[in-house]
Amino acid sequence: MAHFPIAGLIVFPLLGALVSLALSKRWRTVMSFILITALLLNNVSLLFQFYGQGTFNEAMGNWSAPLGIELRVDGLALIFSLMSALVASVCALYACVYLSATQLKLFWPFFWFLWAALNSIWLSSDLFNLYVGLELLSLAAVGLVALSRDATSLAAALRYLFAALLGSIGYLLGVALLYATYGTLSLPELSQHFSLTLSSAVALGFMCIGLLMKTAVFPMHSWLPPAHGGALTPVSALLSALVIKASFYIVLRLWTELSLEIASASAGMLMGILGSAAILWGGWMALNQTHLKLVIAYSTLAQVGYFMLIFPLLSPVDAHASHLAFQGGVLMLLAHALAKAGMFLAAGNLLFCSGQKDLKSLAGLSRYRPLNIFAFGLAGVSIMGLPPSGGFNGKWLLIQSAMLQSQWVWVAVIIMGSLLSAAYIFRVFSYTYREVEGGDSFKQPAAVLEWTALSLSVLSILLGLASMLVLDLLPISAVVAQ
Amino acid sequence: MSFFGLLPLWVLMTSFLAAIVIFMLPEERHGLRSTLNLVAAVVKIGLIILLIRLVAQQETPEVSLEILPGLSLVLRADALAMLFAGLSSILWLCTTLYAIGYLENSPNRSRFFGYFSLCVASTMGISLAGNLFTFLIFYELLTLSTYPLVVHRGTPQSLKAGRTYLAYTLSGGVVLLVGVALFYAFVGDLAFGQTSQMAEFTETSPIASAIIFLLLIGGMAVKAALFPFHGWLPTAMVAPAPVSALLHAVAVVKAGAFGIIRVIYDVFGIELAWQQGYVLPLSLLASFTILYGSWRALQQTDIKKRLAFSTVSQVSYIVLGVTLLGPIGTVGGLVHLLHQGLMKVTLFFCAGNYAETLGIHKIHELNGTGRRMPMTSAAFTLGALGMIGIPPVAGFISKWYLGTGALAAGMDWVIWVLIGSSLLNAAYFLPVLYRIWFLPQQGQWPHEAFTQWRDTAPLLLIPALITAALSVAAGLFAGSDLSPLSWARLIVIREYQP
Repeated sequence: MAHFPIAGLIVFPLLGALVSLALSKRWRTVMSFILITALLLNNVSLLFQFYGQGTFNEAMGNWSAPLGIELRVDGLALIFSLMSALVASVCALYACVYLSATQLKLFWPFFWFLWAALNSIWLSSDLFNLYVGLELLSLAAVGLVALSRDATSLAAALRYLFAALLGSIGYLLGVALLYATYGTLSLPELSQHFSLTLSSAVALGFMCIGLLMKTAVFPMHSWLPPAHGGALTPVSALLSALVIKASFYIVLRLWTELSLEIASASAGMLMGILGSAAILWGGWMALNQTHLKLVIAYSTLAQVGYFMLIFPLLSPVDAHASHLAFQGGVLMLLAHALAKAGMFLAAGNLLFCSGQKDLKSLAGLSRYRPLNIFAFGLAGVSIMGLPPSGGFNGKWLLIQSAMLQSQWVWVAVIIMGSLLSAAYIFRVFSYTYREVEGGDSFKQPAAVLEWTALSLSVLSILLGLASMLVLDLLPISAVVAQ
Repeated sequence: MSFFGLLPLWVLMTSFLAAIVIFMLPEERHGLRSTLNLVAAVVKIGLIILLIRLVAQQETPEVSLEILPGLSLVLRADALAMLFAGLSSILWLCTTLYAIGYLENSPNRSRFFGYFSLCVASTMGISLAGNLFTFLIFYELLTLSTYPLVVHRGTPQSLKAGRTYLAYTLSGGVVLLVGVALFYAFVGDLAFGQTSQMAEFTETSPIASAIIFLLLIGGMAVKAALFPFHGWLPTAMVAPAPVSALLHAVAVVKAGAFGIIRVIYDVFGIELAWQQGYVLPLSLLASFTILYGSWRALQQTDIKKRLAFSTVSQVSYIVLGVTLLGPIGTVGGLVHLLHQGLMKVTLFFCAGNYAETLGIHKIHELNGTGRRMPMTSAAFTLGALGMIGIPPVAGFISKWYLGTGALAAGMDWVIWVLIGSSLLNAAYFLPVLYRIWFLPQQGQWPHEAFTQWRDTAPLLLIPALITAALSVAAGLFAGSDLSPLSWARLIVIREYQP
């Protein structure tokens, strides 16, 4: 049976970027959706190929590594690629209706570059290719933030750019050091020769700091709320759901492929502490915001903290518990992508109705747009980690892993984080139930806008019932070095 | 799988699908929505009857789905499940009728009925849950779906009540979550009723077992409104009357009580729980809550508040009953789950009728209502007499079994709790009845409506009369094969003779 090539995942988006720069307005949209369909098919085809033969590689242009670019499809890469395809295509649909014609003209090329960069990061197993992907991703993301063109979001975009560049420099320094030591940048080759020496520790330290800065891990997070909160709605959704995951994904890859949990327990501990601080600080800040989109942006900070808890729970001795933590963390990442994108889109609709950014302006909206509030609520269920939802299942696995290893601190942190997130989500919810004097003067959003938001939220809930489909892609061999 | 095998799923789905369709319907389609609601409620009762027949023939239909490695969602119909599911399905029908009448001409009915059906779906899930994990899922879902109903009116007061409600129930939910997670991490994915592994675990690590028990019961105690976790219940009374009636008198508090029963009988096993000394503190706490709730009820001047504190007290009868070692006390506790539901729903319906028809919210305003609203007042009287425990209303049967059960278990002090509480019940209900029937009306009613009816609107009156009749019937025909008492006996026989 013939399959789509892996390279399609990168070629199609690049083609999209080209097309959206060259074609007229109508053809731009038509071609974009044809390419989106092609990408979805490409993903599904790779999924079936993976079911058939397990992990597989492809050398672009038949130049094999280390000289050429090699792409690798394993369970983790597939999950992230499918996740980007789902979220990006729904966001594109939303953007088509939501954005003005001039905004849309600029949106498409950035959008396609973003998608190409994401896919290249999921599929690369070479540190330098990952760097190229990261740079392209940051530039596209900064461009998207600047789309809204008001003074504050331009300032936010600039700040974002500085943070991203700083992160890149850190990462690149680390990569150079590793290359000097080992003479290779391919991850599989590195993992064979890797040992924790002073120079490799410094290299990894630089790389991790750089990547964590791009992920907005506490305390390197301050660029995120203005950028995500100030961007146009479909952009906020893309940034929170996908872009920050890319740099985190590289950290996760480094950690598991180089088996860092065996090399250093204290590094995992440090990551866990940063994550815990992020959970508590992000939750607390979300609770104190007065603008709806800032609440959601700070909630992203807190959620990133949960992902960080994977690292202290990867244990060199207990393979079963490590596996649970890894599966739980990936499930959290996936659930967060779906739920957060759904939540941003739903919030964008609410703000569109009231015409203001303030939480107070939401009064009466639960009566006026019940479906949209329902979409927000479903996404909220997953973010809070209440059952049944992907967020709950992820949290459950993390808790199980922590309990099996008697690491009670993380259990306590997860529980406190859940209560905080329940508090800030229900706070938003209760604003929509308020009834105030004076008639409502709401604008009605287009039906597409509401249904796209709902579809992502519903997926985040369904993930709670169909988690096994995802977890089956992550066998224990993906985590524990054999 | 066959139709009968999937019955537990259908029972859940009737109200779940109803909820989804209702959310999709436009606000103005009132007739269609009401029809849909009633049809779903009737279909559900039909399915439950089918299930009860199956369960009576020693079958246990089960549906399960693996959602995480070693973790399944299980819906299983056993005898205990059917007790709670039967109660909820009958009361769902009555309350839906009542709510249609109560909310006539008020805004946001689509939202209300949608969440209402979702609540019933969660309650069904709680009753049919076949393991702790499934129970947890629906227990949290119940919290989520009741919140919009508590804040339904959107006033600052109801939003504040909503916050209190969430603070209690979500904290309880988190405690339960930790308990369940510990159970799965160290004991395993066990169906309700498989208590032997728990016994082994308790032998090897008694402290962990005690902690799990404490967390599980602590999580349930919030919804069951055991002292000192009862604070949310009186506050949540700002919700519309049908919500107070079905949810706060029946679904939510019962979910807590039902969970306690499951933990004691089907997770730990009553013998083990007694041997380890887990149960006695719980019976003491329940006894205290019984007296405390009654005492606080006596001090309330608001009708719904008095009923709320009465609920706090009455739900603890259930807990007290199931903590008595021996079959008789257990029968008393189980049967009270049903009896209290019928009687308390009647009382809340009547309180709602007084408020809607005459604008009466306070007890001192009730003077002479017996003449203006004789049928409602008659139903209220039956409910109140049942709560005090006067035969032949169902409450008498519960108290009789609780008392004899306590003697059989050698816990004579429980008799004094029952006597004290019954006296307090009489002290807070009899003056109300006296005002209704024997004192003359004082001036104008605060806010009179439905003047075209002799009593009140039929849709408000009929459900109250039905549930009042059922509470008397449950007492009068307690000896028949179809009574709640017989079913409770069946459950206990199966629990004690596996």
